[in-house]
Amino acid sequence: MSDLMVDIQNLTFSRGDRLIYDGMSMRVKRGQVTAIMGPSGIGKTTLLKLIGGQLKPDQGDILFQGRSIPKMSRAELYQTRKSMSMLFQSGALFSELSVFDNVAFPIREHTKLPESLIRTMVLMKLEAVGLRGARDLMPSELSGGMARRAALARAIALDPELIMYDEPFAGQDPISMGIVVKLIRELNNALGLTSIVVSHDVAEVMSIADYVYLVAEKRVIGEGTPEQLRQHESPLVQQFLKGEADGAVPFHYKAAPYADELMELL
Amino acid sequence: MLLDRVQRLGATTLQSIAGLGKAALMLAGAVFGKPNVRKGLPLLIKQLYVVGVLSLLIILVSGLFIGMVLGLQGYTVLVKFGAEGMLGPLVALSLLRELGPVVTALLFAGRAGSALTAEIGLMKATEQLSSMEMMAVDPLRRIIAPRFWAGVISMPLLAIIFTAVGILGGHLVGVDWLGVDAGSYWSSMQANVDLHQDVFNGIIKSIVFAFVVMAIALHKGFDAVPTSEGIAKATTETVVTASLAVLAFDFVLTALMFGG
Amino acid sequence: MNSRKIELLVGVFVAFAIGAFFVLAFKVANAGFTGSGDTYTLYADFENIGGLRPRSPVKVGGVVVGRVAAIELDKQYYTPRVRLEISRQYDNFPETSSLVILTSGLLGEQYLGLQPGFIDDSVHLLQDGDLIEDTRSAMVLEELIGQFLFNRN
Repeated sequence: MSDLMVDIQNLTFSRGDRLIYDGMSMRVKRGQVTAIMGPSGIGKTTLLKLIGGQLKPDQGDILFQGRSIPKMSRAELYQTRKSMSMLFQSGALFSELSVFDNVAFPIREHTKLPESLIRTMVLMKLEAVGLRGARDLMPSELSGGMARRAALARAIALDPELIMYDEPFAGQDPISMGIVVKLIRELNNALGLTSIVVSHDVAEVMSIADYVYLVAEKRVIGEGTPEQLRQHESPLVQQFLKGEADGAVPFHYKAAPYADELMELL
Repeated sequence: MLLDRVQRLGATTLQSIAGLGKAALMLAGAVFGKPNVRKGLPLLIKQLYVVGVLSLLIILVSGLFIGMVLGLQGYTVLVKFGAEGMLGPLVALSLLRELGPVVTALLFAGRAGSALTAEIGLMKATEQLSSMEMMAVDPLRRIIAPRFWAGVISMPLLAIIFTAVGILGGHLVGVDWLGVDAGSYWSSMQANVDLHQDVFNGIIKSIVFAFVVMAIALHKGFDAVPTSEGIAKATTETVVTASLAVLAFDFVLTALMFGG
Repeated sequence: MNSRKIELLVGVFVAFAIGAFFVLAFKVANAGFTGSGDTYTLYADFENIGGLRPRSPVKVGGVVVGRVAAIELDKQYYTPRVRLEISRQYDNFPETSSLVILTSGLLGEQYLGLQPGFIDDSVHLLQDGDLIEDTRSAMVLEELIGQFLFNRN
């Protein structure tokens, strides 16, 4: 088997009239944490949905373990999804189920294991994210950070090969952010997972990623290990990494010259 | 100018047809999917509880009141012709043929339909549906189908209960309060109500309404824009569209059943 | 809420609905009488059926024994022919019986009154498919008023 988990080739995708990706290519290596960074609103979540087969690209291909996701039949797609997993930004825990039942949900749906074994598996996964004591709480009783960890336990319940994190650091306090960073790295090493992290939190991503893609303006503007990226000569990449307000990406949204518009009013 | 309007009309028509097609496909996906008894039955029972049992109180209360109003109004008109003996058939036929199925469907759309739309809309907004799909679990089967069938089973049952309670309400006002003879209330009812023509047709109406209301409620929820405004709008649309659709279908069914 | 309680409540709900259905079927609609298996058919010709309709009751001394199944016009004589379905329970009417179209109350619905005739050795009982010959037509109010005015003059 090749060491490529996901291979995105020449992807073009538009939503309505708006072009989101224009001929973008990307490779995710097995066993690595690959990060995709970019400013807000460039469709990073969309990319994960494309990989998961929830959306279909206009052009180009997405290979998962060498097989094309967009060309799969519905049944094949559902089969394939059992070996991938996605952590949504909000956690997306099922609000009518307890934490325990949430984690048990994919196991109960896809296996016919006895309840005692399911219990053991669920407690193991909850232990891994440090929420074994919270198993009887409902999702509404959890803090944002705990909800995300519970969702992570659910995402690894069936031991997937690929796990995709959608903005795992957004809206977290520094402590739970630290926990999530540690979990992503540890799970990746301990379970032999492949991880894709989509985020715009530069410091956290640079600290855990093996390889980083920087996406802006519908394409990849820079790629490499965190070290290579810091040395990148493109002003766009540098602006993003350092978080400067104005630069290659202008502060102002595209507009007519300010003076002209002021004159119009008079 | 005119051309623009015609074009817009065309676009709207195409959009609504596409919407209808989508709704039909979704419905078909939910209805004709092969059910899994081991997993499906507990889900169905849970939804029967949410959709059916929790709607029972509103159905009982409104059925009783509507029957009482029918008894009172019917009596004041019939007594002028000395025909208060016909109060039984008046109450029973109005309830069996029209008010039972229609009012139940309207109340159901308001109580259960809007709640279902909001619930599914919220599940969509919080990415629960998406995440279920990524877990290789089809939300149509897991979320939509049990709710749909629970609604389709519950509504005729609720309509039957509504009608029976309404007839008792009519009895309460007509016989116990206004003094119509109990014997003539029931016997003239029995002489004029037909099991096939009236009782079964009413139930058939109710089943049709159940399909209509559930399809609209679930589709609106599934198709809602996943924001709080979007869900609020979808919920309102469910109540309005489902109510209008029930009334329109009622006319068509009445014409087919009793018009000939 | 645990699933046992939910199942219990759903069970109560369904049982309640089934109970209500039986109330509607037997108490309200008086089912079990108009079933097709337990009836036999009789025919009767009238001159004028007035307001008689399919499903109008057939009564003997006020007791419902059957219903009008269909009303057709005889193409040869242009008289209405009524098909009756009478309960098998009442299968011993003699062929001398007569049928009258009556009205329940001044404004009520019209129904058929069956008057059982005399029985002796030469009289047979009415069988499935027989014709009742002795019939009296409906009173038509306009004709009655006309007669009344005519007689006064």
